[in-house]
Amino acid sequence: MTSEFWSDLLSKFGLMIVGLVVFAAVVGLILFFADKAPKRGKDIVVLSAFLAPSFILLGVGLIYPAVRTTLLSFQNRNSTEWVGLQNFEWMFSEPTILTTLGNTLIWVALVPTLSTVFGLAYAVFIDKSHGEKVLKSLVFMPMAISFVGAGIIWRFMYEYREVGFSEQIGLLNQILVWLGQEPQQFLVNSPWNTFFLINVMVWIQTGFAMVLLSAAIKGVPVEIIEAARLDGANAWQSFWSVTVPAIRGTLVVVVTTISIATLKVFDIVRAMTGGNFDTSVVANEMYTQAFNRGEFGQGSALAVVLFIMVLPIVVYNVRVMRQQKEIR
Amino acid sequence: MSESTATAENKLDQPLGQKSVARPSRAPGRARRVKERLTSPWATAAAITIAVLWTIPTFGLLVSSFRTPEEIRSNGWWNIFVSPSFTLENYLEVLTVSGASSANLGQYFVNSLVIAIPAALFPIAIATMAAYAFAWMKFRGSGALFVLVFALQIVPLQMALVPLLQIFSGVLGISGTFPAVWIAHTIFGLPLCIFLLHNFISEIPGEVIEAARVDGANQTQIFFRIVIPLALPALASIGIFQFLWVWNDLLVALVFSGGTADVAPLTQRLAELVGNFGRNTERLPAAAFISLVIPLIVFFSLQRYFVRGLLAGSTKG
Repeated sequence: MTSEFWSDLLSKFGLMIVGLVVFAAVVGLILFFADKAPKRGKDIVVLSAFLAPSFILLGVGLIYPAVRTTLLSFQNRNSTEWVGLQNFEWMFSEPTILTTLGNTLIWVALVPTLSTVFGLAYAVFIDKSHGEKVLKSLVFMPMAISFVGAGIIWRFMYEYREVGFSEQIGLLNQILVWLGQEPQQFLVNSPWNTFFLINVMVWIQTGFAMVLLSAAIKGVPVEIIEAARLDGANAWQSFWSVTVPAIRGTLVVVVTTISIATLKVFDIVRAMTGGNFDTSVVANEMYTQAFNRGEFGQGSALAVVLFIMVLPIVVYNVRVMRQQKEIR
Repeated sequence: MSESTATAENKLDQPLGQKSVARPSRAPGRARRVKERLTSPWATAAAITIAVLWTIPTFGLLVSSFRTPEEIRSNGWWNIFVSPSFTLENYLEVLTVSGASSANLGQYFVNSLVIAIPAALFPIAIATMAAYAFAWMKFRGSGALFVLVFALQIVPLQMALVPLLQIFSGVLGISGTFPAVWIAHTIFGLPLCIFLLHNFISEIPGEVIEAARVDGANQTQIFFRIVIPLALPALASIGIFQFLWVWNDLLVALVFSGGTADVAPLTQRLAELVGNFGRNTERLPAAAFISLVIPLIVFFSLQRYFVRGLLAGSTKG
């Protein structure tokens, strides 16, 4: 390591410590002065001291930007003119954007379904088995790593080498070669490449579904399962008519949560194909339009579409959670 | 008091949306009987197949990262079973060699840490204050305000990026610096942190807070001496989750860090390297593992906290 590296490290950590100290000092001073406020109206001062930091940040950083993005979506590329619905018309007439919207729908149809099915099956198979913890960790691990890291892992799985040019270095193509097939350019050949990207997301989200569903399955009282067995139900029947209804609430949360994450997926597409070869999705296209091309109007319009797609799922999710809370 | 913390902790372990069922203690013999009936050899075989399929991609990359650059380029990692080899060359190369064309990951690793530590602490601190106010200070409109905070979780990050960047570069002039990234992550983390901490802090028994008030403690003292110590397990879970979220994030980093080795985190550099796959083939396995090492350590050593944070915080983003 060069001395340059160490001085760089010191100055950055120094900056971090300054940041932390300034933050602590600001918060500390706010609370200190609130504490010292005169008796009359002290309650209101203390209350605002506790709430103000959050609401200033949320107002400036989330509420105002969301409103402004909505306005930007009705303006031209550098926000100098109102253009009405032109950005939305562009979205639904441009073939590449239509492909993007179609891809997003394929993602949101497949990822939650497949992840939940695999996660549920795995949770049931390993329930009360030897080494359950280890088996769980193995499938759950992808959840801890970044989407970019997952993208790299799978880039190597999918890597393609021309026949005769060199040996295959990607496992999937090597398997094809072993089976006597032609190697494939998994990430280039449209429309199948979208499915190979979706596979990466399923690989990540299955662990999430599995952990939640496993916890739910363990909450199902043994007595009911036992009773079903005594009534002559086989494992399959008791699973469908006892276990699944009992974990319905968790199933809904798992499916909706993965759907929301899938709609917003950005990193996997960005790291693996950059949205090329007809693989783009709304969240990636929004970034490309706004930050690579400087088309702020079109980028904002895509963000608004994303919001509209997420909205019904979140509302449904909240309703289910509140119902569950009432039952509790 | 410790009992109430335990109940609250149990609540953290409950997956969202699941009714809490009083679980009767099972007779051991009975449990074993049920277990025998549930597990079949086919189920075990299927479970092991899934486990192997899920592990192979990561395992393959780990093996690759210890092979020589020539080997990585010329054949697949499974050849290591035929011709074993081991080298740390790739790790040394991506971490320490500096220069315009090298990976420079040492610097980016530092950046990731410098971004993620404050970006995990700031939102937690501010959110704890707000959560306490919502839970224990009576004021008009508190219900409506809390619903507003909850509703903000619906807003996707993408809705806020362009205007927030304009504020950072135009008004504050901090675009492309660490504080810009810290503030952005703090803002995006707040709604969920407030919501989750409120759930936890409102579970603290009223008698405890009332007793402190009778003893003459004011709001600030109650906050520091009672609420924070009792909420520590929740703060840890949510803090770990927020830390990993920031560490793994790419989108916020791309927009607000300016993209240089001065500020940008590992994820951004990795995305750049993988964008030119052909030229960086032999660097990528080691580079990817350098970015994975912190999440994996957190994951394996603090899995219980991590799972809690996940159960609670899965709707973020």
